[in-house]
Amino acid sequence: MSIEVRNISKTFGSFKALDNVSLTVKAGELVALLGPSGSGKTTLLRIIAGLEQADPGSGEILLNDEDVADRHVSARGVGFVFQHYALFRHMSVFENVAFGLRVKRRRERPSKAFIRQKVHDLLKLVQLDGLAGRYPHQLSGGQRQRVALARALAVEPRVLLLDEPFGALDAKVRKELRSWLRRLHDELHITSVFVTHDQDEALEVADQVVVMNRGKIEQVGTPDEVFHQPATEFVMHFLGDVNTFHGRVNQGMVQFSELELPFPENRQQIVGDARVFVRPYDVTIDTKTNGLPALEAKVVRVHSAGPLVRVELLTKANQYLTSEISQERFATMNIRPESTVYVRPRHIRVFAGREG
Amino acid sequence: MAGSIALRTKRASAYRPIASTGESLLTRTILITIALATLALFLVLPLVLIFTEALKQGLGAYFAAFTTPDARSAIRLTLITALIAVPLNTVFGVAAAWAIARFEFKGKSILITLIDLPFTVSPVIAGLLFVILFGTRGWLGPWLQEHDIRIIFAVPGIIIATLFVTFPFVARELIPLMQAQGSEEELAALTLGASGFQTFWRVTLPNIKWGLIYGIILTNARAMGEFGAVSVVSGHIRGQTNTMPLHIEVLYNDYQTSASFAVASLLAFLAVLTLVVKSIVEWKNARSHAQAAREAEQGDHQ
Repeated sequence: MSIEVRNISKTFGSFKALDNVSLTVKAGELVALLGPSGSGKTTLLRIIAGLEQADPGSGEILLNDEDVADRHVSARGVGFVFQHYALFRHMSVFENVAFGLRVKRRRERPSKAFIRQKVHDLLKLVQLDGLAGRYPHQLSGGQRQRVALARALAVEPRVLLLDEPFGALDAKVRKELRSWLRRLHDELHITSVFVTHDQDEALEVADQVVVMNRGKIEQVGTPDEVFHQPATEFVMHFLGDVNTFHGRVNQGMVQFSELELPFPENRQQIVGDARVFVRPYDVTIDTKTNGLPALEAKVVRVHSAGPLVRVELLTKANQYLTSEISQERFATMNIRPESTVYVRPRHIRVFAGREG
Repeated sequence: MAGSIALRTKRASAYRPIASTGESLLTRTILITIALATLALFLVLPLVLIFTEALKQGLGAYFAAFTTPDARSAIRLTLITALIAVPLNTVFGVAAAWAIARFEFKGKSILITLIDLPFTVSPVIAGLLFVILFGTRGWLGPWLQEHDIRIIFAVPGIIIATLFVTFPFVARELIPLMQAQGSEEELAALTLGASGFQTFWRVTLPNIKWGLIYGIILTNARAMGEFGAVSVVSGHIRGQTNTMPLHIEVLYNDYQTSASFAVASLLAFLAVLTLVVKSIVEWKNARSHAQAAREAEQGDHQ
């Protein structure tokens, strides 16, 4: 089922949590709402679910092209997985998962045998068969999260909404669970939206990433698009490390830090002051000049423990920047702190203005 | 809060002082002696005294004290009052706690203060308040007389005064508990398709059960034992508007010491009984929990 959000705003007191937000999620997609805390991502999720009311008269939420403004939470057919799971603490795992089926109206309520079968199937799906009799306080965080998911899936929701599904878990369990969630989605194909502040999570799991900041959507795109073609400075900054320069755009060239480079493909028509961004892995290092425009810099520190070698540099113009090079290349170069090197940005992105 | 404290201590492992952090033997002995002495002097001794005084003139006299018409009437009135006040205040208390813990609204802090009012106002003043309101010369007095409704110096007055005095117990017990638990489980129930009533019955109520039972027990104990407010509105009509505490006073003032202590022992017995009931309910619940877990576990292995 598709989700359409049209011109939704939400204010808490004087704080604008959502500012005229519109978004379309196609049926069967897995979408990530990504942003820092306070960006409005959880508020948007809760408004879609009906747990929060949008500002009166601000817009509408359509599920499968149907306006659900007047639909009660319990009638929206939305499965919601809470950040802290919100399992019923006085019920066993079995009772938790069965809850949605047992509260159905008598006419629609399935038989006991059916419920039993369905709950056990779901527990098998989330790899928790055998723990049906446990109580929430006897489970680990990852297990609780999977119970919450099974419970939400039991009522066969048309949309699955997950609020920071892995937020409260430790790093290793987190990684396992997120690739498991992706596989589960490929199996079930249920339209899903999850909220996260972790860009790795969003980029790895989602079909579409919605980057949010200060109650607005900055960019919507595939993980590749938002990562390689960030539409705004915010997206550039939020998705990974970046080196920032101040410069000027003049006749198809951008000048910054004693460099003049051809203007890269960019949608904005920029003249005058500009900000130039370079990802660390797009900064190449040479020990000699080779005729190409480059900045002379001094090596400050080298971190070689990791898949890439991080080199911190100080340019002649007294600006710090970071470069990431492969271990192989590092091995051929013999650089150490205080070495003089020549630095060249391989790929830059330019945004207008002096300050972000 | 007492209810949740009781639950917490059950989970926490028993505290054993170890040499490096414990106090010296002397300090420990002195502190424990003081605690035990206080406990004996103010809690155990009065209870023992009540029963010894009551039984001073033998079992025959003891039971005779309950069979007089006045005593029977007092016992009946006390039970009726509790039977009406406790359920009503349970409903009010749950509703008030729910409103305060779950919703933000204007005047919330005023409501919280108002709930505490019966605790802060002296019961005698609470009684007087109802006399001024409903008495023959009170604000509503003439109207009530016209319609031949008696509140003051009658059973309705006693029930109203008891309702007032016992109002805060359930709400006070539940508000911090419900605030600490938050509303996420209830919201989860709603997203799973449960109605408001199903959510309350299946999620809210089981979660607040212990706090609620504790609040009810306190309400009941106070409803049966209230003296001040009831004394003002009752008029002390023997055989009609005397509750047990009032009857005890009357007997005592008539120099029927052992009879008064006999009735007092019944009240004390009821108090002890409520505590026993509380322990039994707690124990049963813990057992049923464990059993359900065991059964489900066995079901899985089949």
